[in-house]
Amino acid sequence: MHDPDRPVEVEVVDRVEETPTIYTLHLRFTDPAVAGSYRSRPGQFNMLYLYGVGEVPISIVSDPDFDGPVEHTIRSVGRVTRGMERLRVGDRLGLRGPYGRGWPLEAAEDRDVVIVTGGLGCAPVVSMIRYVLERRERFGRLTILQGVKHTDDLIWRRQYEAWQRLPNTQVLLAADVGGPNWPYSVGKVTVLFDRAGIDPERSIVMLCGPEIMMKASIDRLLALNVPPEALWLSIERNMQCGVGHCGHCQVGPHFVCQDGPVFHYPVLRPWLGVTGF
Amino acid sequence: MQSTALFLPRSSLDALIQALRACGYERVLGPVARDGAITLQALDSASDLPVGVRDRQEPGQYRLGHGEGERCFAWANGPQALKPLTFAPRETLWRCERDAEGGLVFRDAGERNVPTAVIGVRACDLAALKIQERHFLKAPYPDPRYAARRESLFLVAVHCSHPASTCFCASTGDGPRAETGFDLALSELDDGFVVTSGTERGAAVVERLELDRASPAQTAEADAEIEAAARQQVRALPSRNLRDALYARLEHPHWDQVGRRCLSCGNCTAVCPTCFCHAEQDEPALDGSRTDHLRQWDSCFTAVHSYMGHFLVREETRLRYRQWLTHKLASWHDQYDRSGCVGCGRCIAWCPVGIDITAEVEALLEPTDA
Repeated sequence: MHDPDRPVEVEVVDRVEETPTIYTLHLRFTDPAVAGSYRSRPGQFNMLYLYGVGEVPISIVSDPDFDGPVEHTIRSVGRVTRGMERLRVGDRLGLRGPYGRGWPLEAAEDRDVVIVTGGLGCAPVVSMIRYVLERRERFGRLTILQGVKHTDDLIWRRQYEAWQRLPNTQVLLAADVGGPNWPYSVGKVTVLFDRAGIDPERSIVMLCGPEIMMKASIDRLLALNVPPEALWLSIERNMQCGVGHCGHCQVGPHFVCQDGPVFHYPVLRPWLGVTGF
Repeated sequence: MQSTALFLPRSSLDALIQALRACGYERVLGPVARDGAITLQALDSASDLPVGVRDRQEPGQYRLGHGEGERCFAWANGPQALKPLTFAPRETLWRCERDAEGGLVFRDAGERNVPTAVIGVRACDLAALKIQERHFLKAPYPDPRYAARRESLFLVAVHCSHPASTCFCASTGDGPRAETGFDLALSELDDGFVVTSGTERGAAVVERLELDRASPAQTAEADAEIEAAARQQVRALPSRNLRDALYARLEHPHWDQVGRRCLSCGNCTAVCPTCFCHAEQDEPALDGSRTDHLRQWDSCFTAVHSYMGHFLVREETRLRYRQWLTHKLASWHDQYDRSGCVGCGRCIAWCPVGIDITAEVEALLEPTDA
């Protein structure tokens, strides 16, 4: 029987400093056979293992059809991610995955894709944005609505500016607190919905960020007549095994590591915003 | 498979232990009264069994005492279930070695399972075993450690004849008769045991004992004792499926009330035969050349269980108790098509403040003014 708990070795082949606390690791499987059989979907995650410290679930930002290294954008928040921050090119890690359900790629084809994200750039939706941009003809208009607390929180700012210049692509940004170098909106991400011109019949919406932000955004979207069935969201919980065994990531009846992290909104609706689940 | 009922004289209990060893079960475990409780220990002979021992269990209380006669199984379950034998309380999942160049090699922990027979398994624990098999084995990622341990277990059930006041398996449908999941099942009578086998390997063990058929009077007496054990139970859950009732009461004021009594100690999850939560951690060698990756039982009553870096999903005890109870009795139905409670009553007896799951459910189902 295959051991779902045991990682394989990967090597850091590139490291990009995104902000003082956010970094992206590019990882190569040292065993070519493993590299050949590895295949992920946007929105899925890997368990990354730092030698002698432990494992953390980290979402995958690289394209599933890209043969090169697997990319992970990581924020230093806990014991493991702070330790991983010190990794340099040539260092080794453990990796297991990919795990969980990703974004609804098939359902999104030929639709307008609306991405709503808050917080520090939200890696799970970056993979989806890149996926759409690589296969532009298969999707309708791409709208990215991003909210941040402070104007310096926006990582990938240059990338957002580049996306903004692409045809049939709309990028709207809002910061809770504006500033001299912030030409965009001020307020919560929800202030952007009226300007976004979302077509409720053509759109599929993918949300990722703090749950309170997603809940407020969903309320706005429903008020704009976007049907609940067109809404998908990615959530986070404590995860230790990634394979549905350890019990930490449960939200009501759902194991986030198996049934998520991307959920269809109607499935998660009874539990969203209920304190304690 | 339903076999012919045979009769094992009390004096032949040692022969059963010998037969199990002869069939390759190096370790034979059975109930032994130790440290004031019935615990599962390695048996040298039948004389290790708790002859004449009785138990008294109440919310927050467990005491052993002595009764009359030669019976060895005249008690309800002690704190240990079968769970530690299949889902280890603490074990190494894998080992990682780092070479001079920083390369990592991941290896199996290489633990060997000793083929083990257990005498005295109760119906509730067989039901719990089936639930945990569903969780660990009939899942997208079957757990090879659980599978190997389960494979090496031979189970000798003993139908319950002496339920404790904390037992309610009759209401959950999981006892007191062991219906499935055993290799052999015994009913204890004063002078011996009515034996049936549930598997081919069970039949192979009894064949060595050359037993006579049980008489109709003996099987009738055994059946009557099990039926009486069901009637004697004083606690019950009101339904085998409380999912919708509990989902509808997530904001019931009783959660606050029970949250104030609960110490959040995790005793209930440790003695529960179906609780499966576990934490993972690394244990590096001092010289840095090697590290063991372990898993260890965890409890949804701890703060770190819902730790999210910058906040806890369940800061308050009320929320942790609600998580435990609604998982066990409600969301378990969504996940495993049945309740996660088998009515063993351990969480009631081993709760330091005597919180009683059956009473809490009753209180939650009462209509409120709100």
